Amino acid sequence: MTATVDRPSSTPPAGSTERPDPWRDFDGDVWREAVDVAGFIRANVRPYAGDASFLAGPTARTTHMWEALQPLFAAERERGILDVDPVHPGSITSHGPGYIDRDNELVVGLQTDEPLKRAIMPNGGLRMVEDGLRAYGYQLAPTVRETFTKYRKTHNDGVFDAYTPTMLATRRAGIITGLPDAYGRGRIIGDYRRVALYGVDVLIEERLAAKAALAEQPSTEEVIRDREELSDQVRALKDLVTMAASYGFDVTRPAGTAHEAVQWLYFAFLAATKDQNGAAMSLGRTSTFLDAYLERDLDEGRIDESFAQELVDDFVIKLRIVRFLRTPAYDELFTGDPTWVTESIGGMGNDGRPLVTRTSFRFLQTLYNLGAAPEPNMTVLWSPDLPEPFKEFCAQVSIDTSSIQYESDELLRPTCGDDTAIACCVSAMAVGKSMQFFGARVNLAKTLLYAINGGRDEVSGDQVGLAIAPVEGEVLRYEDVVSRLDTMMDWLATTYVDALNVIHYMHDKYAYERLEMALHDYPVHRTMACGIAGLSVAADSLSAIKHATVRPVRDESGLVVDFVTEGDFPTYGNDDDRVDDIAVWLVQTFMTKVREHKTYRDAEHSQSVLTITSNVVYGKHTGNTPDGRRAGEPFAPGANPMNGRDHRGVVAAALSVAKLPYDEARDGISLTTSITPSGLGRTRAEQVSHLVGVLDSYVDAGGFHMNVNVLDRATLEDAMEHPEQYPNLTIRVSGYAVNFVRLTREQQLDVINRTFHAGL
Amino acid sequence: MEREAVLTRTGAVHSWDLSTGVDGPGTRFVLFLAGCPLRCVYCQNPDTWSERDGRVESVDDVMAQIRRYGKVFLRTGGGVTVTGGEPLLQPAFTGAVLRACREAGIHTALDTSGALGVRATDDLLLDTDLVLLDIKSWDPRTYATVTGGADVAPTIAFARRLAALERLTWIRFVLVPGLNDAPSNVEPMADFVAGLRNVGRVEVLPFHTLGTAKYDALGLPFPLADRPAPTVEQAESVREVFRSRGLVVT
Repeated sequence: MTATVDRPSSTPPAGSTERPDPWRDFDGDVWREAVDVAGFIRANVRPYAGDASFLAGPTARTTHMWEALQPLFAAERERGILDVDPVHPGSITSHGPGYIDRDNELVVGLQTDEPLKRAIMPNGGLRMVEDGLRAYGYQLAPTVRETFTKYRKTHNDGVFDAYTPTMLATRRAGIITGLPDAYGRGRIIGDYRRVALYGVDVLIEERLAAKAALAEQPSTEEVIRDREELSDQVRALKDLVTMAASYGFDVTRPAGTAHEAVQWLYFAFLAATKDQNGAAMSLGRTSTFLDAYLERDLDEGRIDESFAQELVDDFVIKLRIVRFLRTPAYDELFTGDPTWVTESIGGMGNDGRPLVTRTSFRFLQTLYNLGAAPEPNMTVLWSPDLPEPFKEFCAQVSIDTSSIQYESDELLRPTCGDDTAIACCVSAMAVGKSMQFFGARVNLAKTLLYAINGGRDEVSGDQVGLAIAPVEGEVLRYEDVVSRLDTMMDWLATTYVDALNVIHYMHDKYAYERLEMALHDYPVHRTMACGIAGLSVAADSLSAIKHATVRPVRDESGLVVDFVTEGDFPTYGNDDDRVDDIAVWLVQTFMTKVREHKTYRDAEHSQSVLTITSNVVYGKHTGNTPDGRRAGEPFAPGANPMNGRDHRGVVAAALSVAKLPYDEARDGISLTTSITPSGLGRTRAEQVSHLVGVLDSYVDAGGFHMNVNVLDRATLEDAMEHPEQYPNLTIRVSGYAVNFVRLTREQQLDVINRTFHAGL
Repeated sequence: MEREAVLTRTGAVHSWDLSTGVDGPGTRFVLFLAGCPLRCVYCQNPDTWSERDGRVESVDDVMAQIRRYGKVFLRTGGGVTVTGGEPLLQPAFTGAVLRACREAGIHTALDTSGALGVRATDDLLLDTDLVLLDIKSWDPRTYATVTGGADVAPTIAFARRLAALERLTWIRFVLVPGLNDAPSNVEPMADFVAGLRNVGRVEVLPFHTLGTAKYDALGLPFPLADRPAPTVEQAESVREVFRSRGLVVT
């Protein structure tokens, strides 16, 4: 690639000898004594209450850089992946430096030696790697195969050594699915900011001190494991130093400028993505942290606004090209090649000051400067108390790009504090203090059918669930079905938590996230993140049984395979307590049952109501349901009402979802909305102010998460027919955004069939 | 009206929903009353034509539901819109709902064709913060064609009365190309509307066919089933007719 664009003159070139005091002019003391990024932000945040008029557009260099990637994206779309290295398993130091356009990059570093070239990470599972390679016409190098079959065991091997027959059966039947037993669990956010603020040397010292303290304790299994993990973490930090040095940077010391802070932070994140193929590799809450550096450099006259934006743009370009090798089976669950580089923006401080800064705006501005895109997963922590101009800018960006998701800061702050970030879609964690064991989800709709059929699977007829007597009689009775469902949920929760314990024991053992965990406090708080899918199907089905007449239809073996439902019944998603209360009961009840079981490493129990794109697959594996949904039809995503049954508008649907208690689903409750532009008002200014009002209202009501899509169905239909014309059409699905054209046809149809709340 | 009399009064309610930005300002509780004297060719809600199909509800029942959204109304600058059907087919019930909302401090809007405007008392109109007045055509013959035989005169008289009472009014005009878009129809209407001092905006709404499924369910033919929706240009040129007379048009 050519080096035709001048390097901006406002910054010293990389490797400059200028070495100012890295902490000059920063306020506060506590964060200087011990690792405390939240304390640093509290002392140095400059809340910005103004509007977006200060923002800069893309520079010629930015546009050039982004355009240079476009042919690679096109080739990747065509082939599935652009390239992969099937010989060298990825690690922090596995590949030499790689560049897009070395002379013009402001922020450097790639996962391998070429942009979009993927690495293999066999620690998670060899079969996953081999299937992934085969899908795109590659072959695993024999030496790697030999290593990971003969000398080294994988996470996947470990799990299947310890799974029980029941776990295997539930997995096969699709009542517990998507488990991270063959892929990296992800959803762990390293506090990448620490590398910028403190430099790696300090972080290594801190790890060694923690390990030294453990020398005083008897060598129990827990202590042994902790000492080993801390040693692995130190090794990972040293690898990070080596990797950065290969690009010509010394990250042992703190970053001294905004340019360095972005680079250091990115190196830390990059090292994580080279070390782990986690399902979600989220970034954390970096924009307001970086703002302190950008504003200091602006004060010093070191940079101007254009360069500040350019730096953010270049960083975001890097975040947009994170790639992992995955299999077609994985893609079915999580379609569109998502990496969940989730960045949490905004929110309020515990002291009542907004954590909105100019850099909060700058991150969102990348959606204009570079165009809409699914990654990084822009997540605004919403509070009605945020400055109005910021709220309006967010709403405007949503209307223009459909690329933002919103999470309630009013629910996050009291539970996780004011330095909380979202991992993946809706999973909150205090950055650097808390991690989770990702547990995918169980299929509640199928569980209801098991309750009716005495634990027999309605598709295969096999006895998979707890063997209880199946329902008798010609009409389903509500109390009877609920009591059976309660019993079946007991069995399910037992099996589920048990399986998760196996998975996470093995993941820690064979595919430990050493770099990400090096960027957490020791000791760390852990959660066991369970989840449920099919909530609206189960709620509507129970509503039908309660309020209408539901007659089971049995096959010759006595298996209930269909239902005849007569009469009207209220459906979830219309702010109707008669059925919404059933949904609340389902969430509470399953959470209560999950809590009864001991978790690996005493992780705190939690659950999510989230499906990602797997609502289509779950539906495919689930028979006819009493709500009238036909076998194989998709579920609604996340906590959404079923398509077309939320007939009272988007606000009523949102208010139904807002009733689900966050305290019983602390891992997040996801709502995906599709609104046509005219469904928000007649003029653009009205649309912006109304969307702000809708988000305020949802958060007021206790709503947790909302994906906001503002588009017309006709646009999506046209994109299905002419995908080449819509390479950047971005839509929010369940907790993340995707390029619409990268969804499977089934998933595209599912999205198009969702309720579009239109203004008529 | 006595307070007791207001709350116990009953009406035939078809349904309700919450809409944003399209039935008046903000997010609104839209109360659809059952029954309408008109049979407009583009009607999207044929299921609201018959008063018999409504559910009998008291003002108290309706207000209990509405009160749930007080905070939403505040956040979005919204309120309640009474529509139908034709709300002035049930003027006492409509008036009672508007009065109860007014007493609760909730912004009120009345969405009407004006065909039964004489049934609205001055009290009812004074309890209404905003009238959404649907003028379906200016030319009497076209008006009859659009509405299934109704007369335009009562609507015009009602518009004048609203102006005299200084009730804020938004004029709505559903555009059906080939039916009511002739300049000879639109221009005099625009002249008339421009002469009213109480009109806050004019909404030119391209007709659409999203209600077709309701006709199918009722076993009724949808008269405009095969008619193409207006193009952006067609809608804009009609908007321009109003805009050129100094009106705010959306």
